[in-house]
Amino acid sequence: MSNKLNYSMSLAKPDAKDFSLKQKVAIGIGIIGLFILVLALFNADINHSGWVLTTALGLIVLGTIWFSNSVYLSESKGIKNDGVWFKSISSRGLIGWATGIVLTLFYIVLYFYPHLLGLGKDGAPNTGLVALFDPLSQLLSGRPASQWFVYGALYTMAILVFGYKFFLKYRHNRYEQIRTGSVMFFQLAFAFLIPEFMYVMNSDLPYYDLKSIWPLNYYLFDSWSIKGFLSAGTIGLILLIFGVVSIFIITPILTYKYGKRWYCSWVCGCGGLAETAGDPFRHLSSKKLSSWKLERWLIHAVLVFSVVMTMATIYSFLGNNPDSYWLTKSLFIKLSIGFLSLIFLLFMLFKRKEFGKDAKNASIGYAVVISLVLIMHFTGTTDQIFFIKSSSLRSAYGLYIGSIFSGVIGTGFYPIFGSRVWCRFGCPMAAILGLQQRLLSKFRITTNGGQCISCGNCSTYCEMGIDVRAYAQKGENIVRSSCVGCGICSAVCPRGVLKLENDGLKGRINPTEILLGNDVNLMDLVNQNN
Amino acid sequence: MEHIVIIGNGISGVTAARHIRKLSDKKITLISAETDHFFSRTALMYVYMGHMKFEHTKPYEDWFWKKNRIELKNGYVETVETESKTLHFTDGDTLTYDKLIIATGSKSNKFGWPGQDLNGVQGLYSKQDLDALEVFAPNKNICKRAVIVGGGLIGIELTEMLNSRDIPVTFLVRESSFWNGVLPEGDSAMINRQIKNHHIDLRLSTNLKEIVSDGNGKANAVIIEETGEKIPCDFVGLTAGVSPNIDFLKGTSIETAKGVLVNRYLETNIKDVYAIGDCAEQREAIGNRRPVEAVWYTGRMMGEVIAQTICGHKMKYNPGHWFNSAKFFDIEYQTYGWVFTKPKEGHLHFHWKHVDDTKCITIEYNASTNEFLGINTFGIRMRHEVFDRWLTEKQTIDYVILHLGKANFDPELYHHFEGDIQRAFKNQLQNLQL
Repeated sequence: MSNKLNYSMSLAKPDAKDFSLKQKVAIGIGIIGLFILVLALFNADINHSGWVLTTALGLIVLGTIWFSNSVYLSESKGIKNDGVWFKSISSRGLIGWATGIVLTLFYIVLYFYPHLLGLGKDGAPNTGLVALFDPLSQLLSGRPASQWFVYGALYTMAILVFGYKFFLKYRHNRYEQIRTGSVMFFQLAFAFLIPEFMYVMNSDLPYYDLKSIWPLNYYLFDSWSIKGFLSAGTIGLILLIFGVVSIFIITPILTYKYGKRWYCSWVCGCGGLAETAGDPFRHLSSKKLSSWKLERWLIHAVLVFSVVMTMATIYSFLGNNPDSYWLTKSLFIKLSIGFLSLIFLLFMLFKRKEFGKDAKNASIGYAVVISLVLIMHFTGTTDQIFFIKSSSLRSAYGLYIGSIFSGVIGTGFYPIFGSRVWCRFGCPMAAILGLQQRLLSKFRITTNGGQCISCGNCSTYCEMGIDVRAYAQKGENIVRSSCVGCGICSAVCPRGVLKLENDGLKGRINPTEILLGNDVNLMDLVNQNN
Repeated sequence: MEHIVIIGNGISGVTAARHIRKLSDKKITLISAETDHFFSRTALMYVYMGHMKFEHTKPYEDWFWKKNRIELKNGYVETVETESKTLHFTDGDTLTYDKLIIATGSKSNKFGWPGQDLNGVQGLYSKQDLDALEVFAPNKNICKRAVIVGGGLIGIELTEMLNSRDIPVTFLVRESSFWNGVLPEGDSAMINRQIKNHHIDLRLSTNLKEIVSDGNGKANAVIIEETGEKIPCDFVGLTAGVSPNIDFLKGTSIETAKGVLVNRYLETNIKDVYAIGDCAEQREAIGNRRPVEAVWYTGRMMGEVIAQTICGHKMKYNPGHWFNSAKFFDIEYQTYGWVFTKPKEGHLHFHWKHVDDTKCITIEYNASTNEFLGINTFGIRMRHEVFDRWLTEKQTIDYVILHLGKANFDPELYHHFEGDIQRAFKNQLQNLQL
């Protein structure tokens, strides 16, 4: 129910909270910049020297910065959520829907019809939007742009300018500022610049964003990727080893110490976009219990799919003869099953209590993976697994998960479902980190005794759809696998109830019935009865 | 099966219902004329400000009540017949109970000002108040100025709400400084400046004389007692405190004074009738607490206790160390233990304020034993559990100041001020000795 619309029959916008003249001019400048990109898209006869691109991007950046300054710098430092649910863009209004549709169409074109963006086919020169970015690509790596370069450049620009906006919005909050500085840095350096420079150094290297870790980076173990690394000499081998080390060593250690936030809201590019450009939509995530149930099934199903798919991919290019290469198909299967079983057993032995009712689900997941791998091994032929062509599984994953889920739905639907749809429902990396965060990490959100007033700001602004209030009003720490540690629940809490912390494992999960404030005997009585 | 009827679905009544359900299989009926489902009253302000929609203020999804077999009845109780244990509703309906819990909360105070019942004059307590606010003050075109009367927690919230829609606000405060019946001078003065920094026309030591009608039953100005000044306005917020909402009990045998009189077991003078939350009045005040405590937290605590009593573990309402919290525009406030406006006899205050004028603390302690008695903290979050423990252990102020870092609850990576506070404390001690 929108309070506003119930009472006003006025055709004019009844809100007092409107844009100032300065803000309207700033928006106008940004739109001119975007319009130049649209002109290029439709192959208008514009000069494809670097100046046009510089002007277009410059206007977008200038407009956003000026707009942000005008909105935030004139106001006191503090929470700036006034009117969020009244604005069309951020409350699933007409502008919100329109933005969602345009973004979705952009992703469909990007993934499936890149020639519409002007990508030159079979070595033909680029036209349109892609050609507009050629000068920048030439400057960085001396080759013409691709649709992915255009996407990467726009993506990076979005994180940088909306990161700046976020910076001003939370200029009273150092955690948010430093975290945002981190995602801006990792996007610009690791996802955008370094891969280009790496290409300059050694053009055999496959595109490799060092911070993109398997299984988010699902093509790391594709045969073209592996071959690319191995043919690039020592540096390629080092990078491949780094990829494996980051999966099995770096990730578990950092997640143990800081929770999955070290990745999801400090480093990751998907998270980076969600936290900056996606910030105005964070409150649109569903907090229903039913959504949580869907989330748990969906994200773990994707995890199982990605693990099996990756194993099948590696399996398919291994041989059977140990003399030609030590890692054979059957050895790989044995090692994999052994490793998965070891992890499963260790968790079941030492973390059975934390699993609680989910132990059954975890066992099902484990059993499904193992049986799929065994079926694969015993029914597979040289070029078939699961009775389909071995590469089709990988293509299906790339299409449905890598493109449609993470791109089209994950980002295109920001203004409808909120900014973390992919991270919450689909990302297999988030699933792995989440399992570890729930079971074996020092991270939690501590609640402050009995101070919660159940207002609901925390739940409303949780981009992952966690009903934070349900825990806070019980005085219970929040230890949820999906929490990305963005810190906004703590920021918007009007009573200082929530704090993200790394502390010991003991007492981390602490269900209580009676909150601090009542006499101690009553607390003891009720908490003991349970 | 025993039928427990609870009048009022606020935090007190709902907490009682939830805990009774956890402890028993009794039939539970929750009555409200305000809303079908429980919502967080303290969050109403965020609905008007556009931070949340009304749905977000509901702590439980709508299916929760049926699943937990808590029956909801929408109705307004007209009177209670304690002989036959029957409730009579304004629509003629009746309902019988075995045990009755009165948890009807508060209503806004009106002190007989001329014009106080005009349209566009209201308090801010109920969902209906919020709806009325949307009618009379939806934006700065319809409401060209609002006047708020009463410098307490609801007054400053209503001021912040109207300000969020760019409606100019004149804030009349009877006292010489904001909320200085509760806050010490230094704390209160900092909040005065915070209010003014948000472009609020704050008028201290100013009383309302009357509210002027536009001739069509709607307020269009107020007149100031002291100066006779007439301030044109389209909305008047009356926020001079609240009092128990118990008019429907007049003429019943349930004994009332300001609120429903209860003993430490929250029992009224009538068997099987209890009262909790804002509407209950303790026959004897507990410690430094007021007999009527209109605070979210105490309502919840009474709900927890009454559920034990109803379910066979008869138990006194025995609140622990006092705590409370609020937010004044951008400044969060928490308090643990007792800090009075002026130190009680034999007590002293230690006050520290950051140069940016948005953070300060005041500690009250015993001058001879140095025992720590309470803290007000503004702009720095502190841990409830730590202060609760220190109060129980009767730590000294020196101990508290030395270990203040342990109580810090600010987000990670924030600047810390414990060192600054410790130096200020040392300086004050030296000055005292001189």
